Amino acid sequence: MESLIGLLVAAPLLGALVLLTGGRRLDRAGHWLGTALAATSFVLAVVLFFDLLGRADGDRTLHQHLFSWVPVAGFQADIAFQLDQLSMTFVLLITGVGSLIHLYSVGYMEHDPRRRRFFGYLNLFLAAMLLLVLADNYLLLYAGWEGVGLASYLLIGFWQDRPRAATAAKKAFIVNRVGDIGLSIAIMLMFTTFGTFAFGPVLSSAAETGEGTLTAIGLMLLLAACGKSAQVPLQSWLGDAMEGPTPVSALIHAATMVTAGVYLVVRSGAIFNAAPDAQTVVIVVGAVTLVFGAIVGCAKDDIKKALAGSTMSQIGYMMLAAGLGPIGYAFAIMHLVTHGFFKAGLFLGAGSVMHGMNDEVDMRKYGGLRKYMPVTFITFGLAYLAIIGFPYLSGFFSKDEIIYAGFAKGGTQGWILGSVMLLGAALTAYYMTRIMLLTFFGEKRWQPDAHGHEPHPHESPATMTIPMIVLAIGSVGAGFAFNLNESFAHWLEPVTGLAHGDSPVGHGTVSLAATAVMVIGVGAAYLQYGRRPAPVVAPAGSFVTRAARRDLLQDDFNHAAFVTPGTYLTRGLVYVDHKLVDGVVNGLAAAFGGLSGRLRRVQNGYARSYAVSMFGGAAVLIAVTLLMRAV
Amino acid sequence: MSFPLLTATALAPAIGAVATAAVPAARRTAAKWTALGFSVVTVVFAAAVLLRFDTGPGADRYQLTESLTWIRDFGVTYELGVDGIGVAMIGLTAILIPFLIGAGWNDADPKEGETPQGRRWRPTQGFFALILLVEAMVIMSFAATDIFLFYIFFEAMLIPMYFLIGGFGDRAGSGDEAGQARQRSYAAVKFLLYNLAGGLVMLAAVIGLWVATNDQLGSGTFSLAAIADAKAAGELTFGTGTERWLFLGFFFAFAIKAPLWPLHTWLPNAMGESTAPVAVLITAVVDKVGTFAMLRFCLGLFPEASNWATPAVIVLSLVSIVYGALLALGQRDMKRLIAYASISHFGFIVLGIFAMTSQGHSGATLYMVNHGIATAALMLVAGFLISRRGSRLIADYGGVQKTAPVLAGTFLVGGLATLSLPGLGPFVSEFLVLVGTFSRYKAAGIIATVGIVLAALYVLVLYQRTMTGPVKPGLEKLPDLRMRELAVVAPLIALLIFLGVYPKPVTDIVNPAVEHTLSDVNKTDPQPNVTVTEAEGASHE
Repeated sequence: MESLIGLLVAAPLLGALVLLTGGRRLDRAGHWLGTALAATSFVLAVVLFFDLLGRADGDRTLHQHLFSWVPVAGFQADIAFQLDQLSMTFVLLITGVGSLIHLYSVGYMEHDPRRRRFFGYLNLFLAAMLLLVLADNYLLLYAGWEGVGLASYLLIGFWQDRPRAATAAKKAFIVNRVGDIGLSIAIMLMFTTFGTFAFGPVLSSAAETGEGTLTAIGLMLLLAACGKSAQVPLQSWLGDAMEGPTPVSALIHAATMVTAGVYLVVRSGAIFNAAPDAQTVVIVVGAVTLVFGAIVGCAKDDIKKALAGSTMSQIGYMMLAAGLGPIGYAFAIMHLVTHGFFKAGLFLGAGSVMHGMNDEVDMRKYGGLRKYMPVTFITFGLAYLAIIGFPYLSGFFSKDEIIYAGFAKGGTQGWILGSVMLLGAALTAYYMTRIMLLTFFGEKRWQPDAHGHEPHPHESPATMTIPMIVLAIGSVGAGFAFNLNESFAHWLEPVTGLAHGDSPVGHGTVSLAATAVMVIGVGAAYLQYGRRPAPVVAPAGSFVTRAARRDLLQDDFNHAAFVTPGTYLTRGLVYVDHKLVDGVVNGLAAAFGGLSGRLRRVQNGYARSYAVSMFGGAAVLIAVTLLMRAV
Repeated sequence: MSFPLLTATALAPAIGAVATAAVPAARRTAAKWTALGFSVVTVVFAAAVLLRFDTGPGADRYQLTESLTWIRDFGVTYELGVDGIGVAMIGLTAILIPFLIGAGWNDADPKEGETPQGRRWRPTQGFFALILLVEAMVIMSFAATDIFLFYIFFEAMLIPMYFLIGGFGDRAGSGDEAGQARQRSYAAVKFLLYNLAGGLVMLAAVIGLWVATNDQLGSGTFSLAAIADAKAAGELTFGTGTERWLFLGFFFAFAIKAPLWPLHTWLPNAMGESTAPVAVLITAVVDKVGTFAMLRFCLGLFPEASNWATPAVIVLSLVSIVYGALLALGQRDMKRLIAYASISHFGFIVLGIFAMTSQGHSGATLYMVNHGIATAALMLVAGFLISRRGSRLIADYGGVQKTAPVLAGTFLVGGLATLSLPGLGPFVSEFLVLVGTFSRYKAAGIIATVGIVLAALYVLVLYQRTMTGPVKPGLEKLPDLRMRELAVVAPLIALLIFLGVYPKPVTDIVNPAVEHTLSDVNKTDPQPNVTVTEAEGASHE
């Protein structure tokens, strides 16, 4: 069984290699090849899953050691995999949703001349993401971590001739690199502390080392997680990443890659458990981001950017849960999986709408689409109900567990966390209802585009609707299934641990409160967007609305704090290098040997003679010195 | 005496240089094939060196040794030998040269409308002969275990390099023909004078070393083996002051060659003005002699002084890393950008050397190899692009991926290697250097990680400006990579991937040499704070 683990990664990697180097011959069938290889991985994952299920609870960890990667004295990095309940969960999500989105892309990218390359990149992404969750050590995880960053870069900038796409791709990579500094330093700290960075030894001996070191490692891991998962303060790239094709937004920037930060924190649970200060920072980051993302999501008129705000916010929930420790780990992952279903479904729905609307993304130019796209409407609607936490759908179970865990933190902190998450739930209901109303209800508001083409909204082909239907089923039923006998939490328990805290507020009360704030959010959105026709041009709005439309001024801040000073710094240094460093060194040399005088004469055409004479001089010097010594 | 394999490896390109130069003026193509043929023969010899080299436990430090008395009176010997680091560097040199020849295939052809003037006018022959000559001298300096012998080739390679830089431009600079020639000439002389200045200082140190050995041993020697034996036997000890002065003399020359901030300013000129293959020759091959020599001579001969100078050198290398990267960001000329990126990377190499840990040393050696291949990939593709448009200015390009997707793709891979993406060779070496530095000097390791972000910035900004966006007017008909160009780049990329996934063949060769170097400087690796039990460590077996 172990030997299948490598094949999981190898299948999509092979696809990427073939599709990216195969040339035009593969244009006709390349997309099916890519889809088939993604599906192969999924089948392998299911086989492995049943194998794990057949084993005893404590015996569900498989290892596959391929070869020694970087063998240097004292430094052992291996290409080796570890499949346990946590990575299995991710593998199923990645290959399952990944296969669906491959299928969807067959239809979505049908008219793109570079479709083969698109599938090559998608396969590359799958391989890197599987490497990330299957690695048995942090360095190999790092390789997958940057690999998904590369795939994300290539796919955000897939339409490279659009300057905005190219800029967004670069921004995503750079911001992620800032986070990657954290991961490198964390690995270096592990190496100096434990002499290794393999999961097994590091996590099992974490408790033996000082809290200071663990806090440092934890904070560095968190920095990396912030980059990958678009958490404050490294959140600024996610909204722009929506420049990529919509299937990419669904797979990478909603369901899988952006949740890698949560994986990292949960995987490193043993470190965080022993470093309460680092945990507190994780919680704060999660809480701030969940509100930040929700506010941005309320203000955007671009359907994908509104959903991107929502993604940030939902990952904020997961991050917060992961910061709570064993009481939250399992539920962070559970929310991650249910979010994978409904958010991927929402993005695919948005893509379907755009597909029928000449790639229009402004929701103010939609309206009344439920009549034209019934399948899209129903699947999107179910995912919508799931994300706002409609009772007994997926989001209801996973989110309520997190809110409960927040209250269980106890004391004032517990109340603050619980309230913040309830506020976030109200905002979620508000912005999602807004999206729903603007897109599918009301009067049609679309107009002919610049070329005079009137959109003719239509339902998408079966390759696109089938994945949407499957994801809608997951959005509806997954939470209920996971919650039966707490099956999901118990499945993960051997890896993540599980705790049931004492909450001042009972489970029932939390559910009731969450449902109440959901109703308030839906109602507020209905009052604003459901009762009267939405204006095609957005009203000016208050200062807060305008700031939220500009992503709460994140880019303005980054520009003022980093980009502008950085530009002046490099310009200044170019001048300094030319005038000062070059000048001083030449000048010093002149003081000793007349170098600068010679350099000046170069301009007069004496170059060769001087160089040759100088070299000749050196030769003579050698000869003379040697002779002198000999005598 | 067994077959002198190292001499043969160096002699092959030298004979090739003569043979290429002797090809008649009109037979330019024959000259090119002659040069390529001899460079391939050199690869075969280098491969033989690799195969004959024993990495097993108890193997000699220097192998394939050759020893002849040369100038008996001064103790100068013709002594050759390689340790693992030398093998790696000879391998890198031998592998790169055929690709450089292939990439520069048409770089030295007469321009259209120009007719060869008489029998003596044959720049094509000269161009390739000079490249082979440089190769021969570089291989000799990697193989020499006699300090004087090393010095001769270290200096002598300046002559062919001078003519390569000054005589063959990429015809893409700004200004008219005469202006470009002046720029080239300035760059060549600056290169020469900087390196000569270093060489002269080193010469003084070389002589000083001879004097010291002469005084203590009764007869002066330049032989590394003899000096090591004498030191081990306690017959030779340098006074603290003497050792420091000698160290500084050697280090100064190597720091210019490497180049280390603030002695770097000759490199952007030299790389910017010369043709792309020559630029690669400078940074990927010739400059490596500098960092290689730091490991072999500075650390090997002057361990105390090396430890004494470490704080200063680490600061200089950190400045190089950050400064080079920031300067790369500020460039408008893409070849100068790559030159400044190299300065940043040389900072990493020197940092790894002076961290004095196994990871640092193995990483630095591996870094030299990977940097050579990665820069070759990036610079050669940049050269192909420049030759199409006739400009080095980044602003003259845009949207190239639309018209030449393969060119853009290979350029991106070269760039990703330059920014040390995992999966490609440079990641492994950069991480080893970082870990090796961090385990001894935490702050230095952390500062160096800034280079990770800056590298991503200058590579991706370069890619964005040249390759993405709408197609720039005048580039609509830009041809994609030709077969010859693809044949040059594709193997380099394959090599980068191989070294990123499976660097073990190289580390296996390098590791024993690193142990010897570390024991030279009396250093052991810092140990982890927490001992992880064996059972846990072996859990994945």
